[in-house]
Amino acid sequence: MTESVILPTRRDEAWRYSDTDAIAGIDLGRFEHWEDVDVPAGETLRRCVIIADADGPNDATELRRLRVRVGDGARCELFVVVSSGRLGRVEVVALLGDGAHLELGGVTIGGRDTTREIVSRVAHEKPNGTSNQVVRAVHWGRGTGNFLGRIDVVSGAQKTDAAQSFRGLILERGASVNAVPQLEIFADDVKCAHGATVGQLDEQARFYMAARGLPPEVARRLLVQAFVADAFVALDNENERERLMRVVLDKLDRHL
Amino acid sequence: MLTITDLHAEIDGKPILNGLSLTVRAGEVHAIMGPNGAGKSTLAYVLGGRPGYEVTQGRVAFAGQNLLDLEPHERAAAGLFLGFQYPVEIPGVSNVQFLREALNAQRRSRGEEPLSGGEFLRLAREKAALLNLDMEMLKRHVNVGFSGGEKKRAEMVQMGILDPRFAILDETDSGLDIDALRVVGDGINAIMRAPDKGVLLITHYQRLLDYVRPDYVHILSGGRIVKTGAADLAVRLEAEGYDGVMAEAAA
Repeated sequence: MTESVILPTRRDEAWRYSDTDAIAGIDLGRFEHWEDVDVPAGETLRRCVIIADADGPNDATELRRLRVRVGDGARCELFVVVSSGRLGRVEVVALLGDGAHLELGGVTIGGRDTTREIVSRVAHEKPNGTSNQVVRAVHWGRGTGNFLGRIDVVSGAQKTDAAQSFRGLILERGASVNAVPQLEIFADDVKCAHGATVGQLDEQARFYMAARGLPPEVARRLLVQAFVADAFVALDNENERERLMRVVLDKLDRHL
Repeated sequence: MLTITDLHAEIDGKPILNGLSLTVRAGEVHAIMGPNGAGKSTLAYVLGGRPGYEVTQGRVAFAGQNLLDLEPHERAAAGLFLGFQYPVEIPGVSNVQFLREALNAQRRSRGEEPLSGGEFLRLAREKAALLNLDMEMLKRHVNVGFSGGEKKRAEMVQMGILDPRFAILDETDSGLDIDALRVVGDGINAIMRAPDKGVLLITHYQRLLDYVRPDYVHILSGGRIVKTGAADLAVRLEAEGYDGVMAEAAA
């Protein structure tokens, strides 16, 4: 525990769209806590991180900060759902070895006037590393969803293949979504793809579904399910996939 | 079964339907033909309840209810089926999931028990076979990657599964080759030819009517029905064109 921690403000790049008021009262030990995860060379680690309504003490602000070192030829798969009632933030810093792979699938979902965010920094520090990030944000009320995704490719990390896809879905006027892709590339033989879009539910699809007899809330649920499913495509475990999807749809069913 | 009386409708303040009246009795198939811009698709969308299509005057009675008072999904539950000219692609949602949810939503609103997964798949398999559509297509996402003809056949499979009392089919024949046209025509007859059902076929061409023989043919122009005849009116239209037949109607 240290007295010298200075809590971030929105002037800090990584907290630019965050709700810094919500962290004002946070326990500094918890704020400072980074979990270190090591994936030894050649191994595979999968981790699902959920920040749901009831997870924080008294529905309080919840941060999860992971520092992942992915060894040579190793594979790390992270799947994240942030559907908290108060500020929820998952931060991932991943350092990739030679031929290592990082998979990050994430969803932020919810309303109120809550901010839910995923912040990643993927550092390709050795050649031949690959990374794939798929993040989907679904918000309503005055809810905010943020994805800050930084990819660093150091000068020696040739043959890096990094991809990042973000899509936001705004279900009600008043909600907002922010995407900040940030690519710092210092090698010349690499592939880095990124895309970010924000939109609303497809009106044509909604009418088509209504014309087949689906009530609007059922149609919306199906469309949201299809929208977020991209984030879990790489999760090769049906039970886990269903568990994460249940958390997502539960938020929609109970709070919209 | 469907009675449209003096229907006026507009899109973005622009009048498209201008006093359209039409009655379809149970057991009848009516064809609506007409030149581009006559209001054919608008009529289909107004009856389906598409947002943005505003009815400014007139009434539509369907099976004893005021159709225009119902939300689009309530119209479907009441037994109305709208076959789309351009079926919509829904990435991420499989046909099977979509149709099972749709059918069970309709059944629930009618106070019927929902179908189980197994019962639904049996029904879907039967209707897919009727339309010559590979069951594998129904496991794929709704209309995604389907050719134009496959989309139209998939529409008819949907109609078979939902088993409506009344179908409005908006240019279901467009995009079909000759063989597919026969399959779709036979499908419409098999699903909808019944004493307690009705069909409104919107088409540009006479050829679908060779397979689905209409009891009446109406010519729609300027947002109104300008001429009504028997099935041979469609044949004459094919031979003489809208201008010729309508000039006679005006005379």
